[in-house]
Amino acid sequence: MKPKGVSKILVQVLAVLLAIAYLIPVYMTVVTSLKAPEEINLMTAWELPSKPNWESYSTAFKQFAPYLKNSFILAISATLISAVMGSLNGYVLCKYPIPGTNIIMPLIVFGMFIPYQSILVPLFQFMQKTKLYGGLPGLILVHVVYGLPITTLLFRSFYEEIPDELLGAASIDGADFFGIFRYLIMPLSGPPFLVVCIWQFTQIWNEFLFAVTLARPDAQPITVALANLAGGQAVSWNLPMAGSILAALPTVLIYVLLGRYFVRGLLAGALKG
Amino acid sequence: MRTSRWFKLAAMCAAIVLMFSSAADAAVRGKLEIFSWWAGDEGPALEALISKYEKMYPGATVINSTVTGGSGVNAKAVLKTRMLGGDPPDTFQVHAGQELIGTWVVANRMEDLTWLYEQEGWNKVFPADLLNLLSTDKGIWSVPVNIHRSNVLYFVPGNLAKWGVGVPNTWDEFLEIAPKLKAKGVIPLSVGENWTATHLWESVALSVLGPVKWEQLWNGKLSWRSPEVIRVWELFGEILKYTNTDAPSLSWQQATDMVVKGEAAFNIMGDWASGYMTTTLKLKPGTGFGWAASPGTKGIFMMLSDSFGLPVGCKNKENAIAWLKMLGSRDGQDTFNPLKGSISARTDSDLTKYDAYLQSAARDWRTNKIVGSLAHGVVANERFMNDFATVMDIFLSTKNAQAAANAAQAVAIQAGIGK
Amino acid sequence: MQSRRDQLTAALIILPSIVLLAVFVYGFIAQTVRVSMTDWGQEAAMSLDPEIHHVGLANYRELFGGFLNMRFRQDITNMFFFTLLFVSLSLLVGLLLATLIDQLIWGEAFFRTVFLYPMSLSLVVTGTIWRWLLQPRGGINVLPTLIGLPAGDFLWLSSREQILIFDWSHIFHYICIAAAVVLAVFAYGHWRRGERKELRAKSIICAVLIGISASGILTRVKLLDYPEAHGFNRALWGVIVAAVWQMSGYTMALYLAGLRTIPDELREAARVDGASKFQIYRHVDLPLLKPITVSAIVILGHIALKIFDLIFSMAGPDHVPTSVPAITMFLKTFRGNELAVGSAIGVILLILVSLLIIPYLVNSFKTGKE
Repeated sequence: MKPKGVSKILVQVLAVLLAIAYLIPVYMTVVTSLKAPEEINLMTAWELPSKPNWESYSTAFKQFAPYLKNSFILAISATLISAVMGSLNGYVLCKYPIPGTNIIMPLIVFGMFIPYQSILVPLFQFMQKTKLYGGLPGLILVHVVYGLPITTLLFRSFYEEIPDELLGAASIDGADFFGIFRYLIMPLSGPPFLVVCIWQFTQIWNEFLFAVTLARPDAQPITVALANLAGGQAVSWNLPMAGSILAALPTVLIYVLLGRYFVRGLLAGALKG
Repeated sequence: MRTSRWFKLAAMCAAIVLMFSSAADAAVRGKLEIFSWWAGDEGPALEALISKYEKMYPGATVINSTVTGGSGVNAKAVLKTRMLGGDPPDTFQVHAGQELIGTWVVANRMEDLTWLYEQEGWNKVFPADLLNLLSTDKGIWSVPVNIHRSNVLYFVPGNLAKWGVGVPNTWDEFLEIAPKLKAKGVIPLSVGENWTATHLWESVALSVLGPVKWEQLWNGKLSWRSPEVIRVWELFGEILKYTNTDAPSLSWQQATDMVVKGEAAFNIMGDWASGYMTTTLKLKPGTGFGWAASPGTKGIFMMLSDSFGLPVGCKNKENAIAWLKMLGSRDGQDTFNPLKGSISARTDSDLTKYDAYLQSAARDWRTNKIVGSLAHGVVANERFMNDFATVMDIFLSTKNAQAAANAAQAVAIQAGIGK
Repeated sequence: MQSRRDQLTAALIILPSIVLLAVFVYGFIAQTVRVSMTDWGQEAAMSLDPEIHHVGLANYRELFGGFLNMRFRQDITNMFFFTLLFVSLSLLVGLLLATLIDQLIWGEAFFRTVFLYPMSLSLVVTGTIWRWLLQPRGGINVLPTLIGLPAGDFLWLSSREQILIFDWSHIFHYICIAAAVVLAVFAYGHWRRGERKELRAKSIICAVLIGISASGILTRVKLLDYPEAHGFNRALWGVIVAAVWQMSGYTMALYLAGLRTIPDELREAARVDGASKFQIYRHVDLPLLKPITVSAIVILGHIALKIFDLIFSMAGPDHVPTSVPAITMFLKTFRGNELAVGSAIGVILLILVSLLIIPYLVNSFKTGKE
């Protein structure tokens, strides 16, 4: 039911005002990133730069470039692995009532809620002992494990919607566990898969704590490089601002291009909670 | 027959001598992992040292593990996680003094460097006060690569002339001119976030207590609840009335910016501010900005120092020792410090390499009484500093000197100050 | 119905996840709990071989009642107010945005992207940008001058004002009041739905609690020996604004999906019955969005309880007015070398999160089975 007449215009105007409010931080970031260090000052923070200083971006990019590769490898593999495992887990937990499922599920989901700082030291000691500390495989493992609860939850909520009779019919036709999964479940998994991938990619791409404590310099992702830009005693703010725009590009692009599917996917599965 | 046997013996001796003479260099091969939190503008100084090292020892590669951000807490988190896991870097940057001693030395994680000091003759070129701060009765624990001064008062001479005020020599003088400045719409003293308040506090404390009582505060002879220390908090509260209300939102550079832009008259900061104003803001020392010892602390040099030590069980011990030797050498220090904006810890450094401010600081270093900074880890261990930050924030909210003194005393007892 | 072989395969498929989570979640939690009940090396915490004494619950007692841990108690208070305001505002703003987008004539994709993109940023980035925006001298306070109004003078993160001040030593008294209020709300729900048995049980307990609160008996049970004032720090508003900016896109997406699922027939039926647009919205749409609200509360709630990166980058580690337990835990462990105390705070955080999550989990899996 779309509004008519005056309400139509009011709605648009309100939306525009809110959009401006939401974009203010972007304006500030972009404007600061284009200023020369001497120009960056609290009092003139809102003003446009006298001359765009594109060097901020080239310097920031140069500092980032080696870490970009790590971020991509980490985010893509951890996302895919946790999504696949989550989908299999979700399938098992709602279609195969093994004894103890109703305890296992809450126990798994609870893992989603722990504060990471509280397990940091035991985690590190574990990674040390298993020789996984310092490299990308260890980081990927950590992100996969801590991503399992949410991916499992999302897939399970979605798969609950699939009527049991469909599975019954398929098994009468001779399909076994993997058969049902491949021919029945997987084709339907588009929307939740997309939601899971978007969510996981964003979380892993932006994660800082594990990145900084569990990886050696050659395996560190971009969040650490970003923090390094903003660290040190005398920060020229144009660099971290340019850096944060660069670092956020992949995830922002994902939301811009795939945002509609994100909403659709939530529609399909998240309404069950 | 005997000749050939002598020949063999001589050849063997020669071989052994050759082996040992090149063993010194041959041993410095492979990797050296350095852990630090230097970044941004401070990066070039470390890079210069690293290239120097790699030139001296062509077989060695340096891995520069830098972790910045979070006011150094990120670096500490990473370092401590690694050390707890039994994976120490070959050497790591740490503030000289109790920050090192109270965390790592008491835990037996560092090697004693007394032998290195004797071998390199550092006992003669580092000031005695400095050596005291670096040691315990069980040894000397790190090699200082630089010295920064904490008690420096910054201002812009031209602005002071415009406002008709002079540079205060005591806090009483400051409290006299402050209302005049305030009436003109100028903030008398600019301050930034929490640690800069502690930084200001230690200058105030030094001026009230003097160097002797300051040292007594840290060896347990002076109680935090004594009248002199309560007087420090009261004076501090008086001074805070003339500072900016948005202090917690400002970084130290933004507080310095206030002085440069004429919004504030004075700022007390360590001498990395000189580097900031010279290099980033491109001001000329002396005309663009001026400095003096903070009020009431003339003739006293409150120091802090970045230093490197030798962790027990590091993987490339020989390489680390070579690094430490280079750090403590005259040439090493004079390569690093001009770029970093600090001075050499040695009293024989080549002053021609340094700019105007640093030369004046180096002259003070050789003549002044030297005491250690609180805010930067020299005189108090990390446990104390962590809790003191909260005591400071509570004082900033309540301005209650007695409460702050009580809290500080409780913190000092819990942290084992002076034990 | 399902072959034994398939059951076995299913069990094997899920086994790796169970093992991994058992180690990485529960194993580490157990280790943290163990450490929290020791003194971990006292001054020499960093040794490879620290002297460890078992101290039971001493660390916990110190945190809640010790003189030096005023910061921790303020952290808990801050966390409570932050969670309350952040969750409710995110829901409200998200609902508003979703309703708005649902009614738009053009530009839905554009506006939806604008409101969603903050979610894609890391909290460190958000914190740094908002720190700038909320500086009292520049930033948001300057905006009114653009349209001729005087500049804002709220100190945002630097503010040291506190309202709703209460005395921590009477904390049991306040907990009693809070419990009574919560039970009253549930009792009201039971009454509306006509569930007499549950209503009776909850009303009795509620009445007892109200009685206790009114008599003030619990104020005699003092947790501390002296009064200690805590309250809502107005500096938290800055953090709340930044956090809501970041997460309202998520609630918006949820509500938008929810609004779109409501069959138009329901709305049509109400309209035919003579309901106005607002009435339809209030009596048809909103009730059907309730399950979304519940799951959003859980997700947002647990983010709020754990929040760390945002506040660290916005206000720095040592600003007590905006500090939260996660920050104090980080500082105690990695800056103050008090690993046992840090672990204790971690366990407390875990318990608080569980209080929020477990009822939800139990509820959703009970109803799931029906």
